[in-house]
Amino acid sequence: MCASGKYTSRGPALIPRMKTKHRIYYITLFSVVLLGLIATGMFQFWPHSIESTAEWSLDRRSVHDAPLVRLPVSSPIPERGDLSCRMHTCFDVYRCGYNPKNRIKVYIYPLQRFVDEVGVPISSTGLSREYNDLLSAISDSDFYTDDVTRACLFVPSIDVLNQNSLRIRETAQALAMLPRWDKGMNHLLFNMLPGGPPDYSTALDVPRDRALLAGGGFSTWTYRQGYDVSIPVYSPLSADVELPEKQPGPRRYFILSSQTAIHREYRAELERLKEENGEALLLLDKCSNLSQGAASARKRCYKGQVFDYPQILQESSFCVVLRGARLGQATLSDVLQAGCIPVILADSYILPFSEVLDWKRASVVIPEEKLPEMYTILKSIPHRQVEEMQRQTRWFWDAYFSSMKAIGMTALEIINDRIYPYAARTYEQWNNPPVVKWSSVNSPLFLPLIPPRSPGFTAVVLTYDRIESLFRVITEISKVPSLAKLLVVWNNQNKSPPEESLWPKIAVPLKVVRTKENKLSNRFFPYDEIETEAVLAIDDDIIMLTSDELQFGYEVWREFPDRLVGYPGRLHLWDHEMGKWKYESEWTNEVSMVLTGAAFYHKYFNYLYTYKMPGDIKNWVDAHMNCEDIAMNFLVANITGKAPIKVTPRKKFKCPECTAIDGLSLDQTHMVERSECINKFASVFGTMPLKVVEHRADPVLYKDDFPEKLKSFPNIGSL
Amino acid sequence: MQAKKRYFILLSAGACLVLLFYFGGAQLPEYNIHISPRQKRDVNTSVYKGKRCRMDSCFDFSRCKKNDFKVYVYPQQKGEKISESYQNILSTIEGSRFYTSDPGQACLFVLSLDTLDRDQLSPQYVHNLKTKVQNLPLWNNGRNHLIFNLYSGTWPDYTEDLGFDIGQAMLAKASISTENFRPNFDVSIPLFSKEHPRTGGERGFLKYNSIPPFRKYMLVFKGKRYLTGIGSDTRNALYHVHNQEDVVLLTTCKHGKDWQKHKDARCDKDNAEYDKYDYREMLHNSTFCLVPRGRRLGSFRFLEALQAACVPVMLSNGWELPFSEIINWNTAAVIGDERLLLQIPSTVRSIHQDKILALRQQTQFLWEAYFSSLEKIVLTTLEIIQDRVLQQESRSSVMWNSHPGGLFALPQYSAYLGDFPFYYATLGIKPHSKFTAVIHAVTPLVSQSQPILKLLASVAKSQYCAQIIVLWNCDKPLPAKHRWPATTVPVIVIEGENKVMSSRFLPYETIITDAVLSLDEDTVLSTTEVDFAFTVWQSFPERLVGYPARSHFWDSNKERWGYTSKWTNDYSMVLTGAAIYHRYYHFLYTNFLPASLKGMVDQLANCEDILMNFLVSAVTKLPPIKVTQKKQYKETMMGQSSRASRWADPDHFAQRQTCMNKFASWFGGMPLVHSQMRLDPVLFKDQVSILRKKYRDIERL
Repeated sequence: MCASGKYTSRGPALIPRMKTKHRIYYITLFSVVLLGLIATGMFQFWPHSIESTAEWSLDRRSVHDAPLVRLPVSSPIPERGDLSCRMHTCFDVYRCGYNPKNRIKVYIYPLQRFVDEVGVPISSTGLSREYNDLLSAISDSDFYTDDVTRACLFVPSIDVLNQNSLRIRETAQALAMLPRWDKGMNHLLFNMLPGGPPDYSTALDVPRDRALLAGGGFSTWTYRQGYDVSIPVYSPLSADVELPEKQPGPRRYFILSSQTAIHREYRAELERLKEENGEALLLLDKCSNLSQGAASARKRCYKGQVFDYPQILQESSFCVVLRGARLGQATLSDVLQAGCIPVILADSYILPFSEVLDWKRASVVIPEEKLPEMYTILKSIPHRQVEEMQRQTRWFWDAYFSSMKAIGMTALEIINDRIYPYAARTYEQWNNPPVVKWSSVNSPLFLPLIPPRSPGFTAVVLTYDRIESLFRVITEISKVPSLAKLLVVWNNQNKSPPEESLWPKIAVPLKVVRTKENKLSNRFFPYDEIETEAVLAIDDDIIMLTSDELQFGYEVWREFPDRLVGYPGRLHLWDHEMGKWKYESEWTNEVSMVLTGAAFYHKYFNYLYTYKMPGDIKNWVDAHMNCEDIAMNFLVANITGKAPIKVTPRKKFKCPECTAIDGLSLDQTHMVERSECINKFASVFGTMPLKVVEHRADPVLYKDDFPEKLKSFPNIGSL
Repeated sequence: MQAKKRYFILLSAGACLVLLFYFGGAQLPEYNIHISPRQKRDVNTSVYKGKRCRMDSCFDFSRCKKNDFKVYVYPQQKGEKISESYQNILSTIEGSRFYTSDPGQACLFVLSLDTLDRDQLSPQYVHNLKTKVQNLPLWNNGRNHLIFNLYSGTWPDYTEDLGFDIGQAMLAKASISTENFRPNFDVSIPLFSKEHPRTGGERGFLKYNSIPPFRKYMLVFKGKRYLTGIGSDTRNALYHVHNQEDVVLLTTCKHGKDWQKHKDARCDKDNAEYDKYDYREMLHNSTFCLVPRGRRLGSFRFLEALQAACVPVMLSNGWELPFSEIINWNTAAVIGDERLLLQIPSTVRSIHQDKILALRQQTQFLWEAYFSSLEKIVLTTLEIIQDRVLQQESRSSVMWNSHPGGLFALPQYSAYLGDFPFYYATLGIKPHSKFTAVIHAVTPLVSQSQPILKLLASVAKSQYCAQIIVLWNCDKPLPAKHRWPATTVPVIVIEGENKVMSSRFLPYETIITDAVLSLDEDTVLSTTEVDFAFTVWQSFPERLVGYPARSHFWDSNKERWGYTSKWTNDYSMVLTGAAIYHRYYHFLYTNFLPASLKGMVDQLANCEDILMNFLVSAVTKLPPIKVTQKKQYKETMMGQSSRASRWADPDHFAQRQTCMNKFASWFGGMPLVHSQMRLDPVLFKDQVSILRKKYRDIERL
C-alpha cells in the first residue's frame, strides 16, 4: 500500500503539464491500478468477509463514539515478542489469584480510535465484525469483569485479526499506550492472518512485548508451547451456510480438493493423483466463467462442471487442506463443518487448539513431501476409524470452530486450564463427542488390581429387632477366615440394642451403630467404621450361607473388586407384550443382578449410593422399603459398564419370595413391585445399564471328581 | 523533456502494475509467483538448527523404515569407562527388538560414550567428549543421534549445556526446562538413581483403593535445603506451609561439607524437626507429596512419589515433565506454581475425593507402564521417537494414557482403537460377535474318524463361528479339498511357512474377527462348550479364556519357578490348545516378543502356551479365565491319540519348567497371576430339569 501512496503523491505534480487526453488516460490508469490494489488487498487475505467499518450496527461498542487517540511519532514501541516466554516467566500469576471457582477474570479495554499524528488510522479496517463478535462473546461470558483491578487477563479492543489491514509500527505504539500494558504482561492478542508478502511470517509481526498471542497459522518455530494459543482461521461461511450433519459412512468421493489458491507444483501433484485414481478424487478449482465476489466463493468447478461450495465437501470422505502462503487455512473450518476428514499438508503447522484437541482423531496429517503417497496412506486407514473421524470432525467444528464466540471461549478455557491445572478439563471432556460421552464408561476403579487377602472384609448387618436370628448370623459369619470386622446397623429407633454382654463372643471386633431413621439406605452408608475396602452386606436372617461359600465369595471379589459379587442372581427382561421391563427370578440361564441380601462390593459403592445416586431413587427406595438391591445393581453397572458376578449355585435366600404364608399372591405382588422398580430406575438413568451374562463363578474344582478334603472350598452349599 | 516525462510516467505506471500483480497475484493463483514450496521447506531446514531444531529440520526421515525402526549403538571403545547406568541403557537397547548392528539399517544412533553425567565436578564426568564425538565416523553432525543425559551443568548456575556440541542430535534428558526443550524433538526423561532396576522393576505400592481416599498426611516433603543459590528459594520457603499436622514439609541444612558456614537462623530448628519423621513412613501415608525443584528442575522425589501412589504436587516452574509429549500429567499429578507456594495447601484440599482416587490410580498405571525399570524408560523414549517416524500411524493419546499403556499397544497393528481388546468400554462399543477358529494340524489326514475332523464339525456348528482356519504344520502335503468335511462356515487351509510352533500365533490376515479360538488338532470340544466359552470371552475380551488350566509356584528349595499340571485349587495359565482370546495377541506375540523366546519355543516345539500366558498376563496384570469343560477333555489331553508322544515325554515336563524360568527372566519378573475360580453356566449341575438349561451338554458325560 505504501508503494501506491508514493506514486499518487507524485502524480498531481506531473499532471497539469500534460495534454488533457493524456491526463485522462493516466488518471484512469492510476485509479484502476489503485482500486485494484485496494480491492486485492482487501479480498486477498480475508476473502469473503465484510471488512469495512460503517455498515453494521454494534451491540455494545460504537466505533463512532469511541474517543480518538493520537499517537505521537515518538511514542514508544514494544519489543518484539520474546520467544522464550512461558507462563512462569512472562505471565503474572498473582493477578489471577486463588479463587474457589477456578475461573480467570478477563478485562476488555474500552474502544478507542487510534490515529497517527496526521490523523491516519492505524488500521485500514478498524474494528472488524469478527473481532467485535469475539469481544461481545467475552463480555457476555463468566470470564468477563469490568473491574480492571480484578482482571487476570487483558484483551485490547485493537483489532489485530488480520495483519494485512494493520500499520505495524503504529499498532504496536497503540498497544504500548494501553494503560495497563506493563510490557504486555497478561495481555492477550487475537490474530488469524499473520505475516504478509512475500515471506508471510507465521506469527503476528506487530511488536508486542510479553503479550500472549492467540494466533492462527503458527509454525513450530514461532509457537511458544504452553504460552501461545493456536487458534483456527475463522471461515465466514460458518455463519452463512448451514450444513446438515451427515451420518458417518461411505461418501461419493474418496478425496476432494477444493482450495483455489494451490501452488502449481502441488496442483500438478494432485492432478497426477487424479490421473492414477480417477473417480475417487475430485479436484476442484475456482470457476473461470463466474464474476468475482461473494457468489464465486460459493462455487467450485471441475472442467466446466459447477459445484456448490461448501456443500460439495459433504460428498467426500477426505478433504485436502494444503498450506497456502500461510499455514492456517479457513478451508479447514469448512471441511470440518461438512464432516469431511481434513488431510492436512502443512509442514510445521501447529494445528488449532492442539494443546487440548487430539487431532489424530479428526484429521490426517501428511508431510508435504508425501503428497504423492496421499492416496495410499488414506486407503490404509481402517474403515471404522474413518467413521470415527467423520463423527469427530463435525463435533470439533460444533464445539470449537463454529463461531468467533466458540473460538474465543476455547482460547480462554485453554488459558484458564493452565492457570488452574488441577481443575482443568480432561482429555475426554475436550475430545469426546456427546455420543461417545454418553456410551463410554470410565470406571472410577480402573486400575487392574487384585487386593491382598489380608485386610479381609467388613460384614455389615442391617437389623431391626430379630435378635435371635441376628445372633445366629453373627456366629455363622464369624467363622469366615477373612472376616475383619462386624458392623451391626441398628435400624430400630424405638428399641435399644441388647447389652454388650449378651452378644455372641467372636474373635473380630463387633461394632453397633444406631441410625436416626429406619431407612433401607442405611445399609449402604459409607460408615467410618468400615476400614476395609471389601464390604459384605448381609441381612440379619441369612444363615444358610456356609463359611466356605462366604470365603469363596470374598476371594472372587478380590479378583473383581469393581463389581458386585453376590449369591442368588436375578434377571431383567423386556416384556414385548407390555412394552416394558420385567423382573425375573425364575430358573434362568442368565444373570444381570445379584441380591444384596448377601453380597460383596467395594466400599466406594457405598459412597456412590449415598451421595451420587441419580434422581430421586434413594428417597424412592426409602419410601417404598424395597428395591435397594436393584438400585445398587443399576448404580454399579452404570458406572463400571460391567455385569455383577454370581458365585456358587445358590438361587434363593430365606426371603419374601419363598417364605410367604400365602405364597403365590404375596410372591406376585412382590414381583410386580420389583418390575416397577426396574422401569422406574431405567427411566431415571435414561438407559438400561444392566449387563446380562450367562456365567457364574464356582471354585476351580467344584463338582470335580476329586477328593473333597483336598478342595479349598468343599462346602459349597446347594440351591 | 516531454518524452522523458512520458517515459517516467509510463515507467511508474508499469511499476504500479507490477506491484499490483505482486500483491494481487496472490489472490488468484495465490502463490504461484512465490517460491516453490519445496524450496521453502529447504530454507526452513537450513535455518532452523541447533536450539531451534525440529524433526522437520534436523532429522533425516529417509533413514527410517516405517515397519522396521532400528537403532544402532556404537561399538564400545577400549579404555572408555562407562557408568553402570549408561551400560544398562546400552544393553537394554541391544537386547530390544529395535537393535541393529548395521549402521546402514539404522534410523537412530546411540553413542557408546557415556553422556549421562555432564557435571564437571562429578567423578563420572567424561573428559574430551567434544573431540571424541567429532571423531566418530558416523556422527554426521549429530543427525539422527540420540543423546542420553541425566545431569548437566554444575554449581553455581547449573546450566543445561552438555559441555560439547551436540549438533543436530536429539536429547533424552532429565530436568530439562521448557525454554531449552525443543518440542517433538527432545525427549524429557525422568531422573533415576543408580539403583533403578534394569528390567521388571518393583510394582507400585498401591494395594487397594481406600475410601475415603485421604491418608494420614495431606501433603509431605522431606529433603535438603540449599540456603543460597539457584533453586533455593522454594525450599527455603517451605516452612511457611509446614503445620506439623497433616502438612509436613521438612528440610535439612545438613548436607555438603561446609554446611555450617552457610547455616541460617532456622537451620537448627529445621534439622531437629527433620529428624523426627521417617521418610518412608511419610511417603506411604500421605495423599499428596510435594516435589519441589532441587538445584536442577527434576528430583528423585518425583519417581518415589509416583511409585508410592502419593500424588506428586509439582513445584518446579519450567520443568518439562518426563515424557510430556505423550503423558497427560494433569491426570496423575498436581502442577503447582512456585510463585503460589502459600496457596498449595488450600489447592490440594480443594481437590475432590473422586479426583484423588483417579489421580492415585493413574500414578500407579504410569509408574508401571513407563517408569518402574530402566528398560521401560529407554523403550518409552525409543517408542516416542518411533511414533514421530510413524506419523499418521502413531499411537493415540488414549493408548499412551490408559491401561495397558503405549509399550503394549503397538500402533502398527491398527489405527482404530476398537481393533484392540483394551478400549471397548472407553469407546462404548462391543467386540465382534463371532470368532475365528484356528486349528493347528500336525498329523496327516488318513482316516475319516480322526479327531481333527470331529473337532472341525463341532466347532463349525457353533452359532458364533465365522470361519475356521486350518494351519497345516504337518510335513506331509496338504490333503485334497474334498477330504475336509462340508461345513456351513468357510474352512481356510493355510500351509505353515516353517512348520514351527510359533506360526500358530502369527497374525494371519485371514483372521477377520476380534476373537480367535485356538485349537490343537486332537482337542475334543463340543459345540456347547465352545458357545459357552465364547459368551464368557465377550465379558473379558482382554483375557485368555480357556478350558484346561495349569499353575506355577515358587519352588523355594530350588529357588526357581515350578510348573504343575496337577489338579489344584488355583491356576495361573490356560492351555492354548483350546482357548479363546483376542486376535491382537497374535500380533503382540509375533511382534513384541524377542526372537530368543520365540526361537526357544520353536526349537523345543513346546511352551508356546506358557509364553502366550506370560504375555497376556504381563499386559493385563490379571489371571486367565478357566471355563468349565467335560471331563473327557482332560483325559484326552493326557491320554491316547497323536498328542500322546508329546505329553508322555518325560522331557516335555522338564522343558516347560525351564521355559517358565527363561520367560520370567526376560519379563523381569513373574507376570502370571493366580485365580481360584472357574466360570460355569448359571445352572451348571443344579438340581433342576436339564431341559431348563441352555448349556446342558456340558454336564452330560
